[in-house]
Amino acid sequence: MSVQTKALKKPKLSKEEKRRLFRKNISRDKYLILMFLPVLIYYLIFSYLPMTGLVMAFQEFIPGKGLAGIYTGSWVGLKWFKQFFSSVFAWKLVRNTFLLSFYSLIFGFPIPILFAVCITQIKNKAIQRSAQVITYLPYFISTVVVVGMMTNFLSPSTGIVNQIIEMCGGKPINFMSDPSWFRRLYVISGSWQSFGFNSIIFVASIMAISPDLYEAMRIDGASKRQQVWHLELPMIKPTILLLLIMSLGNILSVGFEKVYLMYNTAVYETADVISTYVYRQGIDNKNYSYATAVGLFNSVVGFSLVCLSNGFSRKFSGSSIW
Amino acid sequence: MQEKKSGLSEFKNEGTGDKIFDICVWVIVVVAVCVTLYPFLYVASISVSDGMAVAKGEVMFLPKGWDLEAYHMVTRYQQIWVSYGNTFLYTIVGTAFNIVFTCLAAYPLSRKQFFLRKKMNFLLAFTMYFSGGLIPTYMVVTGLGFYNSRWAMIIPTLLSAYNVMICRSAMEAIPEDLFENATLEGANDFYILYKIAVPLIKPTLAVLTLYYAVARYNDFFNAMLYLGKSELQPLQMFLRRILIISSSEIVQASGTTAAAAAAQSTLKIRYVCIVLSTVPILCICPFIQKYLVKGTMLGAVKE
Repeated sequence: MSVQTKALKKPKLSKEEKRRLFRKNISRDKYLILMFLPVLIYYLIFSYLPMTGLVMAFQEFIPGKGLAGIYTGSWVGLKWFKQFFSSVFAWKLVRNTFLLSFYSLIFGFPIPILFAVCITQIKNKAIQRSAQVITYLPYFISTVVVVGMMTNFLSPSTGIVNQIIEMCGGKPINFMSDPSWFRRLYVISGSWQSFGFNSIIFVASIMAISPDLYEAMRIDGASKRQQVWHLELPMIKPTILLLLIMSLGNILSVGFEKVYLMYNTAVYETADVISTYVYRQGIDNKNYSYATAVGLFNSVVGFSLVCLSNGFSRKFSGSSIW
Repeated sequence: MQEKKSGLSEFKNEGTGDKIFDICVWVIVVVAVCVTLYPFLYVASISVSDGMAVAKGEVMFLPKGWDLEAYHMVTRYQQIWVSYGNTFLYTIVGTAFNIVFTCLAAYPLSRKQFFLRKKMNFLLAFTMYFSGGLIPTYMVVTGLGFYNSRWAMIIPTLLSAYNVMICRSAMEAIPEDLFENATLEGANDFYILYKIAVPLIKPTLAVLTLYYAVARYNDFFNAMLYLGKSELQPLQMFLRRILIISSSEIVQASGTTAAAAAAQSTLKIRYVCIVLSTVPILCICPFIQKYLVKGTMLGAVKE
């Protein structure tokens, strides 16, 4: 009996203490709490409330009830997931999503590193700086304009690319409605838009290498190529590794906007990705529950990949995003 | 003697090796700059060239002829000014909200004694890697009555957790003494944030302002989801109609009826629209380079 009361008393006391501590904390941090409150409300409404809305993936959504409709549907278990995975779309969408990011990574990742190595070799500061400003400009252009330029440059009747092809005696190609061109165009335009901006971080890490190390190598008679190969690249290897691992984690999160703006029914075979399918099913066809389920599948796989790559990163490069 | 000779020849070889290397470096940089600039140059040239020369495909680099009729057509078209006005409204108001909220979020998270710090940090970071997804978010935003409201362009994208993290690290780098002294002198946290923290992290805030403003200016997705009325739509929605869906509304509004003239104008008008919409963005970029490098480094990793 006494043992029991003792056991009961202890947590009771600490609870009391906790409450007192809590009150003390609140009165001390009242301004901080007040400051953070709008932020907290924002995140609860626009990030966490939608997360609770994921229950729709397991329900039959009844439209016309507004927000309450999210939680009042009848329970259908895994019906939508089964429907998705037994449809012809599942494999095609996962493949397209994966391949688009995979090719973007393979071709898009080395270019900023190469460019950073080259641009830091240029000793004229004015030229170096202007080359950097010019190459990161496209990063700030909207996706609509980039896709718009591409559509017009590649147009079979009036586009400059086809004009050149015809001048060389070739036949005009209808690039934007040819499924075999979609991935290439996506990757090339993506590279064009982001290589300059992505090189900024590599330029900064190369600049951070001590000039003494270069001097030492020069005295030992190393050529510039050897300096790059044996000094620069090993020094920026941690940055490269970290960014590479992080991009691997994002391999299932293809940007919706660009695919949506670029594709048309003629190229669905290679262009349709999970996010565009979710959009069509959900927003266009109003299959809210089904689209939520497909979206949930994408989020869960994506989240697992990020966790996995973060774990790898912590293990191999010693740095991580959390 | 022989040793010296071989040493010399090796040195010479490396000299030519270095030269080849330098040439490669220059070629790569020049190619990169040209590839980046060429599309802009081409677009600008087409937009001011003579319509006939454009139709014949004679314009490759520099403008041929000089004809600003397409510019007149576009600037006379009412809808582009409506879209422009909307975009500037969303960009200015939205970015102001972004920066205020980012500071309000980052300051408490940077104070080491804040007792909810770890929990709130997690709450924010989690949203970077997992979200409810498109449909639930759409349901919540429309459920709150934001459909066809200007607030739909402001409120749902009030904060980016990533930018909050950048701002927080900048505030964490401020020496603790400054805060302690201010607290001892009786300043509350709002006063400290406004008078001490914000002035000290101005370079970081400049980068964040740029990031937010560009994202606002370029925002197409939210407009597509939440704005059905064309008088509320921003420039990007207008551009999509003209550039990608190939709407000929501007030519029709201008009253050009001859088929050949209309076709020429339609083409040039698209390029004019690209010029008019990208100029504001291209103008600010060169001024922020030194901040940009700093901002990218800050946000890169947490070691």
